[in-house]
Amino acid sequence: MGASVLAIDDPVLHEFAELVGAEGAVSVAGGRTRWEAGGTLSPEAQVVEAPTGIVSYRPEEMTMQVRAGTTVAELDAALAEKGQRSALADRGGTVGGAVAVGESSVDQLGRGAVRDSVLQVRYVSAEGKLVTGGGPVVKNVSGFNLPKLLTGSLGTLGLLAEIIIRTNPMPPASVWLRCEGLSPARARDAVLTPSAVLWDGGATWVHLEGHAVDVRAEQKQLMTLGSCQEVGGPPPIPAHRWTLSPAQAAAFSASEPFLASIGVGRVWASAPQPALPVDPVAELIGQRTKQLFDPASRLNPGRTP
Amino acid sequence: MDALLADLRSALSDDRVRYDAAQRSLIAHDASVFDGGVSGPVCYPVDTSEVQAIMRIALTHGRAVVPRGAGTGLAGGAIPLGAPVVIAMTKMNAILDVDLDNRVAWVEPGVINLDLSRHLRPMGFHFAPDPSSQQVCTIGGNVANNSGGPHCLAYGVTDAHVVSLEIVLPSGEVGTLGTLGPDDHGLDLRGAFVGSEGTLGIATKVAVRLTKNPPAVRTLLLSFASVRDAANTVSDVIANGIVPAAMEVMDQKITIAVENFVGAGYPLDAAAVLLAEVEGLEGGADIDAERISDLGRANGATNVRQAESDEERALLWKGRKTAFGAIAQIKPDYYLHDTVVPRSALADVLETIYDIAKRHDLIVMNVFHAGDGNLHPLLLFDARIEGELERVHAAGADILRACLAVGGVLSGEHGIGVEKQGYMEELFSADDLDHQNRLRKAFDPACRANPGKVLPMGHSCADIQALRAVPTGVWG
Repeated sequence: MGASVLAIDDPVLHEFAELVGAEGAVSVAGGRTRWEAGGTLSPEAQVVEAPTGIVSYRPEEMTMQVRAGTTVAELDAALAEKGQRSALADRGGTVGGAVAVGESSVDQLGRGAVRDSVLQVRYVSAEGKLVTGGGPVVKNVSGFNLPKLLTGSLGTLGLLAEIIIRTNPMPPASVWLRCEGLSPARARDAVLTPSAVLWDGGATWVHLEGHAVDVRAEQKQLMTLGSCQEVGGPPPIPAHRWTLSPAQAAAFSASEPFLASIGVGRVWASAPQPALPVDPVAELIGQRTKQLFDPASRLNPGRTP
Repeated sequence: MDALLADLRSALSDDRVRYDAAQRSLIAHDASVFDGGVSGPVCYPVDTSEVQAIMRIALTHGRAVVPRGAGTGLAGGAIPLGAPVVIAMTKMNAILDVDLDNRVAWVEPGVINLDLSRHLRPMGFHFAPDPSSQQVCTIGGNVANNSGGPHCLAYGVTDAHVVSLEIVLPSGEVGTLGTLGPDDHGLDLRGAFVGSEGTLGIATKVAVRLTKNPPAVRTLLLSFASVRDAANTVSDVIANGIVPAAMEVMDQKITIAVENFVGAGYPLDAAAVLLAEVEGLEGGADIDAERISDLGRANGATNVRQAESDEERALLWKGRKTAFGAIAQIKPDYYLHDTVVPRSALADVLETIYDIAKRHDLIVMNVFHAGDGNLHPLLLFDARIEGELERVHAAGADILRACLAVGGVLSGEHGIGVEKQGYMEELFSADDLDHQNRLRKAFDPACRANPGKVLPMGHSCADIQALRAVPTGVWG
């Protein structure tokens, strides 16, 4: 039998696998914008750089194949040329970093979640081998879902080398509104598919995207419900990510500045979130997964997703 | 066997643990053509603690477990291999809570897909995945297969709509995967579980995302003089930055069968029809409908029609969704394939599929989720005619390989089950499959949940004979 269809022939990825090797603590650096996520990297870890460059962009398929070290800015520029975008947020980092952290954009309601946009991952395993999970097409249930497992795993199960992400058309019109006297819940209910509804405990921001005629209609609707003004974008986003249910986020309160993403459950707050309760069974499976994927704990030691 | 039955019956009740020949024969099959299933006792639990009890009893007796929903699977995923304990989830069919503040509904896995959307409709919401079997298939089955459906083009398949799951591990422990919030803390075990075909445990409660019903829907029916024109229209729509709610293509043979069956008003003289639906707000829906019509005409559409009423729309969809039932007029049996190719390869691959069918002297019909390149070639046959099913399998293998050759994958929404295990090594390398197996073992180290599925022989949990040979009680 010949090689499998997804066999990897890109020499750049094989060079990266050799760099990672099969022994010794190792981590991969992207833009270091979320370097402390999940804990502090053990100092003995060798830090390598991920390969860079767009491998193949097929706008007509709405798929982008890109090496992990490529910056999100470069990705966005290539996508914008063809009127497209992705679920990844540009925080100055790399595609691999964004997928490894798994943090979605402030426009998650419109752009989708990062975890839903990763179609295929290629990574270097703890044994120094290149592994492919998922596949290159937009719909795929062929086997176990390694892309979901790797997204947000902080490089603890494998070091991302290349990713295929789903892209989406850039909406023709976009408006950010800042509204007073309009509760975030009411704003969310009043519009069909906002890209973001944000709330800082006082004002509500709504990001409307789509056909200009629809954006205008929903803008008009919101203006009858509260005092809304067009603004250039979202307000400043506090540093610490909290994970709550959408209902908890909508009822959030704090003495320090915060911003709640309505309908998502994300709150950006001024202080770190107290430790979340962990389901014991999920913890057990997580420990077993780590043990099976990286028995010697050489991948990103010190970090826990 | 007597001791196993006695233990199961004392944990559930006599009438909810079945071992009669009729029941076992029924449960040995799903909606696929695969024989070879052998069912052990069939259990009908009513709550999580009973599922847990069944798991523990099966473990003590050295038996595997196989979860089962409505049995509508087409890849053999629910077929019991090696006389396992079957856990039929159909009595756990309550919609537990509709939580509008969080826009989720907590449901038991036996809830029927369409029943859930009907329940949500008066509240202004629905559950987006809509497989053709949605009148009978269960949410648990949708979770197991990561099911799709026509409207997953815009909304995504099941894993984008399942936020959290209560599961029972094969070892009997009960836990929760995922949260109602943005789940980017911890490994996405929820995402790994959805689509795992019952090999990682059993879901006993599912939190599904609610999707708001759109105020405007436009349904278009475009007729073409060739399948290629229809396929090219689909590629052009996507390439022009339009993501419709659904884009379905039917070729002439299936369209005629459907029209005879339901009288939906489909044209009988078109080589292919494209059913395209856009939704959203009134203004944008009109714009998108107009643009799709224009792209169709530019690709040679012979007729473009927009459904004038909800009744007309419903009838068109009824035609599409009952397509498989319409086949019985032509041949008693059919084999429904499921592959995905890049959208731009659709036209060429379809041509190849017609050639393959001709070469194997079979009738093929094509009805498919064109928008995401998800093909469903239907090979018609008569199981009573010797050699026909063998020709169907040979043609199916050729079709799969033709799809892989253009950068496609093995399955878009039906799963691997026992149907495509043998092809996994053509898509993935040994290292890729080894990592998939590691994921499986993290949930099920002893290979108790639905063994013999998905991964090919040679990987642990694939070899049923070896599992059966393990002495009773070894994991007790």
